[in-house]
Amino acid sequence: MKLELRGITKRFGTMTANDHVNLIAEPGQIHCLVGENGAGKSTLMNVIFGLYQADGGEILIDDKLVKFSGPGDAMAAGIGMVHQHFMLIPVFTVAENVILGHEPTKFGTVLDIKKARERVLDISKRFGFEVDPDALVGDLPVGVQQRVEIIKALMSDAQILIFDEPTAVLTPQETDELMVIMKQLRDEGKSIVFITHKLREVKEVADKITVIRLGKVVGEAKPTASANELASMMVGREVDLDVNKAAAKPGKPLFKVAGLSAWDHAGSKVLDDINFEIHEGEILVIAGVQGNGQTELTEAIIGMHGKTIGSIELDGRELIGKNVKQVLDLGVGFVPEDRTEDGLVADFTIAENLMLDRSDRKPFVKGLNLQLDFLKKFAAEKIAEYDVRAQGIESKASQLSGGNQQKVVLARELSRELRLLVASQPTRGLDVGSIEFVHEKIVATRDSGIPVLIVATELDEAAQLGDRIAVMYRGKIVGIVPSDTPRATLGQMMAGISA
Amino acid sequence: MKKAFREIVNGNIWLSFLAVVASFIVGGILIAFSSETVQTTATYLTARPTDFISAVWNAVFGAYDAMFRGAVFNYKADNLTFMIRPITETLAYATPIVMSGLGLAVAFKSGLFNIGAAGQIVFGAMFAGWVAIFVDLPGYIHFPIALLAGILGGALWGALAGFLKAATGANEVIVTIMFNYIAILLLGYLLKTPVLKAPGSVNPISPPVHDSAKYALLMGDQFRVHAGLIAMLIAVVFVWWLLNRSSIGFQFRALGHNPNAAKVAGINIGATTVLVMAVSGALSGLAGTSQIMGTEKFLTLGVAASFGFDAITVALLGRSNPWGVLMAGILFGGLRAGAVTMQANQGVPIDIVLVVQSMIVLFIAAPPLVRSMFRIKPQKEDAK
Repeated sequence: MKLELRGITKRFGTMTANDHVNLIAEPGQIHCLVGENGAGKSTLMNVIFGLYQADGGEILIDDKLVKFSGPGDAMAAGIGMVHQHFMLIPVFTVAENVILGHEPTKFGTVLDIKKARERVLDISKRFGFEVDPDALVGDLPVGVQQRVEIIKALMSDAQILIFDEPTAVLTPQETDELMVIMKQLRDEGKSIVFITHKLREVKEVADKITVIRLGKVVGEAKPTASANELASMMVGREVDLDVNKAAAKPGKPLFKVAGLSAWDHAGSKVLDDINFEIHEGEILVIAGVQGNGQTELTEAIIGMHGKTIGSIELDGRELIGKNVKQVLDLGVGFVPEDRTEDGLVADFTIAENLMLDRSDRKPFVKGLNLQLDFLKKFAAEKIAEYDVRAQGIESKASQLSGGNQQKVVLARELSRELRLLVASQPTRGLDVGSIEFVHEKIVATRDSGIPVLIVATELDEAAQLGDRIAVMYRGKIVGIVPSDTPRATLGQMMAGISA
Repeated sequence: MKKAFREIVNGNIWLSFLAVVASFIVGGILIAFSSETVQTTATYLTARPTDFISAVWNAVFGAYDAMFRGAVFNYKADNLTFMIRPITETLAYATPIVMSGLGLAVAFKSGLFNIGAAGQIVFGAMFAGWVAIFVDLPGYIHFPIALLAGILGGALWGALAGFLKAATGANEVIVTIMFNYIAILLLGYLLKTPVLKAPGSVNPISPPVHDSAKYALLMGDQFRVHAGLIAMLIAVVFVWWLLNRSSIGFQFRALGHNPNAAKVAGINIGATTVLVMAVSGALSGLAGTSQIMGTEKFLTLGVAASFGFDAITVALLGRSNPWGVLMAGILFGGLRAGAVTMQANQGVPIDIVLVVQSMIVLFIAAPPLVRSMFRIKPQKEDAK
């Protein structure tokens, strides 16, 4: 089936989220829709899926005009959507989830779960999904849960599949597997619309690329276009995706981790004899598939992990046994992996978020009185310095885009007197412009002589940002290698094979 | 659950106002239905509809007019004392409700659903009562020491619940509900032993508090309103300062809005939880002192009355904002004071007031209901 959009316009109040957008998705093609966060990609997809009503323009399927008043209409017309956040019920099995909403019945009333199981197995086999229809969805890894979403779309015989930022939550392997699945679906003759801002993925699967910026289509690009070209179209100015940094000038080792082991609540070992050093003016990247102990390592460093043995030494001071506050006071800056959950208070203003860690310190407080005038001045300086795009310092963190939220976190963490910076996936989910900014700040921190520890799950970022790369697998460090180590070698190490 | 709670606590003050208006409308309908004249005129409604309409008007207007005269200003009274007594009665009723409501507001803003106001009032009253009744001290220090004892009693009882949450992860809702029973039963027990019981009495009642430990009457013997009112106003300002201008309150709110981020920023979650509950309990303890050293002057099982529940409603209605709590508390004081007159003058059952109070809770707990009744658009989600 062919999907065509003509002049779709969608406004929210005075803001135009989509401005006369044209798009054609044809069978047997993967059509990539790329653009920065907030460019209007998700709004457009919600219009196609019937969640929003367009203020202008037409949707055509196989050259016939259609009108959707809700997702039900869109699904009936053959459109399936794989959402960024899965719409699954964790305590239901795969089969139960998949039939939800159009349950097959026997004798009119009895739920025919057997038929559902068969169809799941059918689809699963045809595309090599390897999904067990009887598994509880909550027990499945994220990548498999996503396949359940895809099966759900295929069950209703969708011919047009929309993937809304599907890789945001996936590991590199899962992403690669998803790419393979998308190509298979394409070869089956489905029309695929793939929304993303990750250019590596675009280049891998796209047959056609449409770039959208500030709600408007700014042009089409060929799959052969370079990543820098695509990024420049997305952002609207010249962008250099490579991290520009001079060779490291490492000084003396300032941060030393020796014999570090840790256990989780259930008593299983999550960190196993970790040893490494970071020198002044050096970036060490911890690479690895998510869930191999990186989170526990950063928690252990900032004093949030319970059972820990070994030694973590910063500038001659032992960190193990200290609480979070003491660790921060010793000069550790920490950018958490999940900024909305651990880095910011969504309902607080930018200014309040900027003093989250120092609300009991001079000059933010005198006696017990918050110094609001000082805070105002401080916050105004910081949002200017970090180029936080917001109405003002009284804007709530929840109103900011991901990139601006991360800038607020960085502004807070880098404005303390630092001896070490720990940043966990600092560019996850950010748009191109913000990634550039975050990388610059991290490199500048290194160049001021501070040791930097970065946790990265994407190999490109690890290789570009790191001076050395330590690969973690199942709680151990497999090896520490220079950053120009070939991708293939790093990939093997991430699977646990030492170099 | 947490999200819904947060929406209620931090919701729009207009929705509170509209919830009150809606509740009075529902109350008015009930008043009309329960009036006998209305019922009689309804039987010949088609013949003489004007009779019916004027009967409804008389019933509803009469009842709310009586309530106004009982709660705010009695313009039909003979002398000034009787004219202004209603508003002073309202303030006297409001005092402990506002104090305790402020305590809950502090907890709610910090993300802790403290349901234990009743128990914390009882503890405040027991501690204060014991000092005020059984300790002999010179006038100028007796009152402050009794007052501090009451605040301390409430704070301890609150802090203990906070400690259980911090140390074991016990849910504060369940713990504080159970603590209410423990506190009230403990008071019942102590009122039967010489610790608190009046010598020679057969009833569970304490001896009266010493004069030196009483809140001073503000307007002479004719009125019940006492210096607790001043303590209440100080408490309002204190809570405003605490939540909006102090570093401690900032940490409280950080805990309430996102405990994970608070933890990563180095805020000690356990200690802060205990402190929140201590402050929350202290304010309910203060309400206990107002009861024992201001209004009742004896310690009985009824010392906390229904203030524990009223305080929850008031804290929610006031959106956990200290000024909001003050207004909501005065409204509730007025409802109580007015209900008495309404029943005496118009024969409207006092239960109507309970219905109005309950409707307020219902309307606050269901913001979409109020929004749809008054056709208010929800705050717009930011477009992606």
